[in-house]
Amino acid sequence: MLQDTLRRYLSDKYDTKTRNTIIDSDKGFSPEIWAELAELGVIGALFTEEQGGFGGKGFDLSTVFEELGRAGVVEPFLDTAVLGGGLIAALGNDEQQALIEDLIGGGLQLALAHGEPVARYDLSRVETTAKESGGQIVLNGRKSVVVNAEAADHLIVSARESGDVADADGISLFLVPAGTSGLTLRGYPMFAGGHAAEVTLDNVTLPASARLGTAGKGLAALTDVIARANVALAAESLGAMETAVELTRDYLMTRKQFGRPIGTFQALAHRYSDLLIEMEQARSAVINGAGHLEDDPAERDLHGASMRNLIGRVGRLVAEESIQMHGGIAMTKEYELAHIAKRIVMTDHRFGDTDYHLERFIELSAA
Amino acid sequence: MDLNWNPEDIAFREEVRAFLDEKLPKEIAAKVKRRGDLTKADMERWHAILNEKGWLAPNWPKKFGGAEWNAVQKHIFEEECARAGAPRIVPFGLAMLAPVLQKFGSKEQQDYYLPRILNGDDWWCQGYSEPGAGSDLASLKTRAVRDGDHYIVNGQKTWTTLGQHANMIFCLVRTDPDAKQQEGISFLLIDMNTPGIEVRPIILLDGVHEVNEVWFTDVKVPVENLVGEENKGWTYAKYLLTHERTGIAGVGFSQAGLESVKRIAKAEQASGKPLIQNPHFAARLAKVEIDLMAMATSNMRIISRAQAGQAPGVESSMLKVKGTIIRQEINDLARRAVGPYAMPFPSEAVEGDNDPIGPDYAGPVSSAYFNNRKLSIFGGSNEIQRGIIAKVKMGG
Ligand SMILES: Cc1cc2nc3c(=O)[nH]c(=O)nc-3n(C[C@H](O)[C@H](O)[C@H](O)COP(=O)(O)OP(=O)(O)OC[C@H]3O[C@@H](n4cnc5c(N)ncnc54)[C@H](O)[C@@H]3O)c2cc1C
Repeated sequence: MLQDTLRRYLSDKYDTKTRNTIIDSDKGFSPEIWAELAELGVIGALFTEEQGGFGGKGFDLSTVFEELGRAGVVEPFLDTAVLGGGLIAALGNDEQQALIEDLIGGGLQLALAHGEPVARYDLSRVETTAKESGGQIVLNGRKSVVVNAEAADHLIVSARESGDVADADGISLFLVPAGTSGLTLRGYPMFAGGHAAEVTLDNVTLPASARLGTAGKGLAALTDVIARANVALAAESLGAMETAVELTRDYLMTRKQFGRPIGTFQALAHRYSDLLIEMEQARSAVINGAGHLEDDPAERDLHGASMRNLIGRVGRLVAEESIQMHGGIAMTKEYELAHIAKRIVMTDHRFGDTDYHLERFIELSAA
Repeated sequence: MDLNWNPEDIAFREEVRAFLDEKLPKEIAAKVKRRGDLTKADMERWHAILNEKGWLAPNWPKKFGGAEWNAVQKHIFEEECARAGAPRIVPFGLAMLAPVLQKFGSKEQQDYYLPRILNGDDWWCQGYSEPGAGSDLASLKTRAVRDGDHYIVNGQKTWTTLGQHANMIFCLVRTDPDAKQQEGISFLLIDMNTPGIEVRPIILLDGVHEVNEVWFTDVKVPVENLVGEENKGWTYAKYLLTHERTGIAGVGFSQAGLESVKRIAKAEQASGKPLIQNPHFAARLAKVEIDLMAMATSNMRIISRAQAGQAPGVESSMLKVKGTIIRQEINDLARRAVGPYAMPFPSEAVEGDNDPIGPDYAGPVSSAYFNNRKLSIFGGSNEIQRGIIAKVKMGG
């Protein structure tokens, strides 16, 4: 149901030109589109009934994100809803939980400030520190490529309260309101649309009530929402690949060289078929990942790693082959495939690339 | 084949290094390394420096002012230039048009245009492709009709690289619409300032203005700007394309690219260790390095053979395919190596004179990865090259 509505809405309202104008705008996303999609229930679908939504399971995530990916949507649903909203819903006290209603209604933006300059994809590597004294918490450190930071009403910042830089234990999460003194953002656009920022925390002082969940126990919740983000990212990439392959098919059938449609050259026809074959694999990988999202963490993460590795491999193939089979036209910014290919490839830089997930898979399947 | 450099080669390498060290402007090299936008003035400046040294035209015969280097020297020069961050020399005049003029141009054309190419008086661009004529170049439609001392040209060219800087364009035009496709084409030299020419930008997927559309409406071109004979343009065009393809192997670029990936992978940490020690990354890197080592030798073999008087034929197609695959793989590795810092789009507006957003090496990698998808598309796509290879080898 939502899938059809969403697909129709996006195909009516989110064409290449509109989207490219949004990408080049100061904010990097459209508050109007955000509000209308919230109205359609896109955000609500990402939360369970207990949380105030009407979905929230693996297949709800994959359905929504596949459609967003298909249209190359750059609005920050992953950051605000899956990551930020997911953490508040999982850990928040009553007062913090109250934010979820506003969020589902489209009235709130969030960002997860977790990654750090040398952390790469390691979730437990946190050098940013949190020191508590006299009922106050002081944060110091630097967070890198914080997607949606400038637009966010609150940042969810991870910081270490105890242990060594790479320890699983000792990481806490804090809800930091935008504009808090000591918080500096250096914003910039991203390659595949949307904005991010380098975030510096210089004696950012918060009341102890800003902590989300139990002190030092933040990693488990982070791992949970990132498992959900991985399903969302993989589904988004799958949707984008569908568009890439459809555009390629249409082009192969209409573009003529040497007096015939280029799709009649067997060299291209076979490669197009290979894309379709790999797309079936990709679809199944997303189904596996989404279907195991509610399993226990070991099982969930094994399927998550397998999904992201496969999607990463097929994604690169689809992006590169689609461009190649189009020729020059796909190299132009105005052509839909250019943006779609960038979305697909850039997915590989969030929460682990193809190699990272391969290693995760090896580790988890040996366990 | 002797794989060891002889003393003259080693001395030559030293000479090239010393020259680059002294003469390559540091700010230009820095721009090249971070893929900053080179201005027209930057490119002209480097062109003039090389010309002054007499190293601008390694492939030209001496009688036209070329260096006439051997294969090893060319290889060394290319490698050192890429390593030092020298800008790519814009090939359209020097490496594409000039060989055509040297072989098929009139004495007047040679005397007039060749020195102007060396001196940087003319900036040439290549007007081959059209919206309907890409791989099937011979289907081009831009029309030139003889009218007294002039041709009147109407039509559209596209993908014209750096046409925004050019004052001259060499074009393939149709002069006989009734002949068989390849037999009705002529090769014309056109002044871009002639009334009726309009250049419109095309922005590529990484946001750069690198190519253009060029429109011709009743453009008057003097008949003396015809190269060779009317309706023989296809022969000259094909001759030019084999020259275009050899350069496209880009061994020097790949070597510089590989060095840069290694530097990145030493600086980046993965699970608390340098990325270069990560077995998966190291294996990918090793594989492409092994391919490149072999290809560097293929490149030399083919260049030497060409120098011995055998025209580079199907081998240049092979070099093009393998060379571009290797370059693109290196671009992919660089993108992976920087992790999340591949995501920012480092525009001048954001960085300008400020510090880079992430590590300084991270800025250009995504842009390079996407922009270089062009390598397997232009200069005759890799599919077209494979077609040529099979056709030639199977006696087609
Ligand atoms: C960045 C860039 C710069 C360029 N600069 C210039 C320039 O300065 N001057 C200039 O004249 N041109 C330039 N070109 C144009 C370039 O040469 C063409 O893009 C190229 O010839 C391919 O043509 P096309 O883009 O129309 O693709 P098409 O020819 O339409 O090809 C589309 C796809 O079909 C494949 N294909 C076509 N025919 C066959 C076949 N028979 N068998 C199997 N596969 C086939 C192609 O390989 C490709 O994958 C540039 C292109 C780019 C992208």
